[in-house]
Amino acid sequence: MNLEVTGAKVLFNIPIFGGIPITETVVNTWIVMALIVGLCLFLTHGMQVHARTKRQVVAEYLVGMVRNMVKNNMGERFMHYVPFVGALFSLAMLSSLISMVGMFSPTGDLSTCVGWALLVFVVITYYKIRTQHIGGYLKGFTQPVFIMTPLNMISEVATPISMAFRLFGNIASGSVVTLLLYGGLAALSSGILGLIPGVVGDILSQVPIFQLGIPAILSIYFDLFTSVLQAFIFCMLTMMYIKLACEE
Amino acid sequence: MTDNGFILGCSAIGAGLAMIAGLGPGIGEGIAVSKALEAIGRQPECKGEVTSTMLLGCAVAETTGIYSLIIALILLFVKPLT
Repeated sequence: MNLEVTGAKVLFNIPIFGGIPITETVVNTWIVMALIVGLCLFLTHGMQVHARTKRQVVAEYLVGMVRNMVKNNMGERFMHYVPFVGALFSLAMLSSLISMVGMFSPTGDLSTCVGWALLVFVVITYYKIRTQHIGGYLKGFTQPVFIMTPLNMISEVATPISMAFRLFGNIASGSVVTLLLYGGLAALSSGILGLIPGVVGDILSQVPIFQLGIPAILSIYFDLFTSVLQAFIFCMLTMMYIKLACEE
Repeated sequence: MTDNGFILGCSAIGAGLAMIAGLGPGIGEGIAVSKALEAIGRQPECKGEVTSTMLLGCAVAETTGIYSLIIALILLFVKPLT
């Protein structure tokens, strides 16, 4: 048995600037983006003031859900953050859920998660500087005593790192565990069916019969539950950090 | 034993040792969930709010476990020392 855990595979190169590698992550993110755009176009097609179609009800429910989430966690003052949080939530959730159909999940690549976390970090830092100006922001590092400056800098940098690693770790560990389970089940079925003597056993031991069904139970936790929960938590932390940055 | 094999074996031991850090988040999340259940039992009308706050707290408590997991994954699959 040979199991190989790899990151995203490079699919092709764009031959400019000495070749830009296009990995599975990028292509799958395009697919997710196309899915979201298609879903939005489908749900908002032919909207009326009073909802008459089922899909308009669904669209209104989804938008209302994100608005409620932002209102409850950040307050009325931040209602212009609804599109940002909604986009982040839908992208994070669908990127993780795409692993249910056996595709490489873009959030299982550290680059994607670090990209999103850096985006959030830029927004947080922007709000911190806007609220307490550049002098106050820099002075905040020397609080409460000057000797604490290195520790404060580390804790500032730890915010995006922990956000990125939390998302990446949960999704990547799920895919690694699923891969190990598939390998183990294949070995188990070839071992047990190989006990059948003769040609029948030789043929049957090539069929990984135990891979049917059993991984689906784990998939409910690792793909469905973890994906939705981690997307939710990523957005919750984003909202909390932005709100905290404005209050200081 | 070759040098490479020795490093690989030590990496595997290190990955196993790193995952001991999984103890902390497990205990912490257990405490958080038990307290949340107590709160829901006392005030069943706050179930939604308590649950979402608990999930957020669990996710933050999980951070150290995730760090150790990442170190274990890097040691096992990226093999930076060989």
